[in-house]
Amino acid sequence: MNDAAEKKLALSHFWVAFAAFILACFMGEYQVLERSGFIPALESAPVYFASVSTHGVLMAFVLTTFFIMGFGYMVAAASLKQPVWNKPLAWIGFWVALVGVVLAAIPLLTGKASVLYTFYPPIVAHAAFYIGATLLVVGSWVWCVIMLMTFNQWKKANPGQTVPLAMFATAANAMLWLWASAGVALEVLFQLVPFSLGWISTIDPGLARTLFAWTLHPIVYFWLIPAYTAFYVFVPKQAGGYLFSDEMARIAFIVLAVFALPIGFHHLYMDPEQAQGWKLLHGIGTFVVALPTLVTGFTVIASLEIAGRLRGGKGLFGWILSLPWDNTMVLAVILSLLMLIFGGFGGIVNASYAMNAMIHNTAWVPGHFHLIFGGTTIIMYFAIAYYLWPILAGKPLFSKPMALTQLWLWFIGMVILTTPWHILGLLGQPRRISSVVYNNLLTLAWKPYELAMIFGGLVLLGSACLFIYNLVKTQLNPVSEDFAETIEFAEQYHAPASMPDYLNSLGLWNKVIAVLMAISFGFPILQFFFMKTFGSSAWGY
Amino acid sequence: MQTEFSKGINIIKDLCVQFNTIHIDPLERKWIAISLMIVGLFVGIITIDALFHGINPPSKVETIDSASLHLSQEFAEDNLGVQVDDKGAVIIRMVAGRYSFFPKHVDVPAETPLTFRWVSMDVLHGVHIPMTNMSTMIVPGYVAEISTTFPKPGEYPLLCNEYCGLGHNHMWSNISVIAKEDWHAPVKSHVKGEQQ
Repeated sequence: MNDAAEKKLALSHFWVAFAAFILACFMGEYQVLERSGFIPALESAPVYFASVSTHGVLMAFVLTTFFIMGFGYMVAAASLKQPVWNKPLAWIGFWVALVGVVLAAIPLLTGKASVLYTFYPPIVAHAAFYIGATLLVVGSWVWCVIMLMTFNQWKKANPGQTVPLAMFATAANAMLWLWASAGVALEVLFQLVPFSLGWISTIDPGLARTLFAWTLHPIVYFWLIPAYTAFYVFVPKQAGGYLFSDEMARIAFIVLAVFALPIGFHHLYMDPEQAQGWKLLHGIGTFVVALPTLVTGFTVIASLEIAGRLRGGKGLFGWILSLPWDNTMVLAVILSLLMLIFGGFGGIVNASYAMNAMIHNTAWVPGHFHLIFGGTTIIMYFAIAYYLWPILAGKPLFSKPMALTQLWLWFIGMVILTTPWHILGLLGQPRRISSVVYNNLLTLAWKPYELAMIFGGLVLLGSACLFIYNLVKTQLNPVSEDFAETIEFAEQYHAPASMPDYLNSLGLWNKVIAVLMAISFGFPILQFFFMKTFGSSAWGY
Repeated sequence: MQTEFSKGINIIKDLCVQFNTIHIDPLERKWIAISLMIVGLFVGIITIDALFHGINPPSKVETIDSASLHLSQEFAEDNLGVQVDDKGAVIIRMVAGRYSFFPKHVDVPAETPLTFRWVSMDVLHGVHIPMTNMSTMIVPGYVAEISTTFPKPGEYPLLCNEYCGLGHNHMWSNISVIAKEDWHAPVKSHVKGEQQ
């Protein structure tokens, strides 16, 4: 099958994603420097908050959305061995999303949208920011439709056959994202855009926060699922072994997609507009969604052990040493899992009612999500990029040793950055401050940790530059005629005899999600229309 | 209705039959059981604490018009700060606004149950006394009520922990926690417009 068109599509998406990424990395390093106060000339709250807002939007919305879209197109074409449905529409989705990014970037970079990427009404930004963000989401919806259409097309053409795991996970992610993005879409379309244009004079921040919380948890699984997909479908083969269990992988993806959705209120634990019973219900769901991650940990480590033993590893832990540590995918998964263990521990603290009160909105929280998103997830995006770039561009990777160094540096930088960040949170430092002006002895204890964070940020920035350099050099390599690598998916250790229908289609799970969402968000949203609420007028910043 | 019900039962039966056909390695079964126990333990502790020990985050769902706090009975200027109600409960009413907490300073007793009632007069704020669980979001339009006890006397900073504008870092003040025996309930001041 000729998949040149899909390759071009994927590569275009990836370049937008990583261009946003490298820009945001420079901003990140500026922010740790500014925040520390070591260089007085840098101090500027307007520049800092414009930068933080842009950094968050680029990393959380642009890098992720474009990467996931590109990855989905490639996975669909390679795993189903059929063309992606309606490629002209896919290009329309790409351009709509890109126009949205540019439209949002103008107010962001000119300081007209310093509302951070989580919006915070009744503070209001320029309307172009919200409209641009909406277009980015609309572009991603086009991708969701194309993924689900391609999935159904293949199922119709291959009745009774098992959908390849990679495509099953990608389709589950498309379903997840359609559900997840509905919350923020409602907030933006019915509250923020009319509010910023002056069509409505007041806004209820309680309702806005509830709708944002709807999106805020599943969005992290939207980001994470490509990393988990690589864990299951690329890693075992790259390590020289087999996938331990295809069925358990499907169950993990389904539980992720279903239970990531009805649990967003752990972001509202400390909010006054929701009652404790609903918070507890969402809190319990938050722990349930830890299960697929525990199962994933088992399956991935078991797959690695099979590989290690096949490569001659002996003893209880000897197989770890005999893994191919010089394979970028294998090194990335090991480092990713290490960060997942520490990040998961922090996540349990956040998810727990009483402990959360101690660290809510402190520096602990950005420490946590930089470790688990910037670490666990993004290091797998790197590994996927190193694996796919040569295939997409038809040229060998510029430098493998550079790639391995880059992955190590990212891990080391992330540890140096996020460990002090967590500690600062325990020492009471709030997140989202541009400088420390509290006249209090407590702040003296913060200084050494801020210094360490600057160093960690520098290591990360260096690593990011190496990554982009390697990709650019690969792209600029001359095309070699005899270079013919293709995507290789992992084979299963126990090939399943037959796949039950509910592990091969999403219809049932879509209905389960609808029921769970009605239960967990129905009343909490409707309450705002039944009780006497008071809107807030617009504020600048 | 009956057929709908039996149809539902059949779907569940069918799921169970299908579920039993998938292969799960015995080792993996054990790990899943361990995972369920870990998750069950955490959920159990949190639920018991919430239901029986009353450990819950601030969740009163009480609305208020943030634009006219100064006209409200409760959060009018002369009513802010520490008060002891008829039943002897210590209640602290505080207003958050760019870029401070009002009143600027309050004295509260240590080792005494305190109820804070926080409101915002403008945008979204948050307040945290570091290393204590006195933490809540202050959402305009809502009263954030939180009860806590400070075990140790001392000077504690009150920090705004939610982005509220470019002056956000400057939003902080202090609270004095005084030994229980040295603390006296404040006499309610009358600083209304009229002469006494």
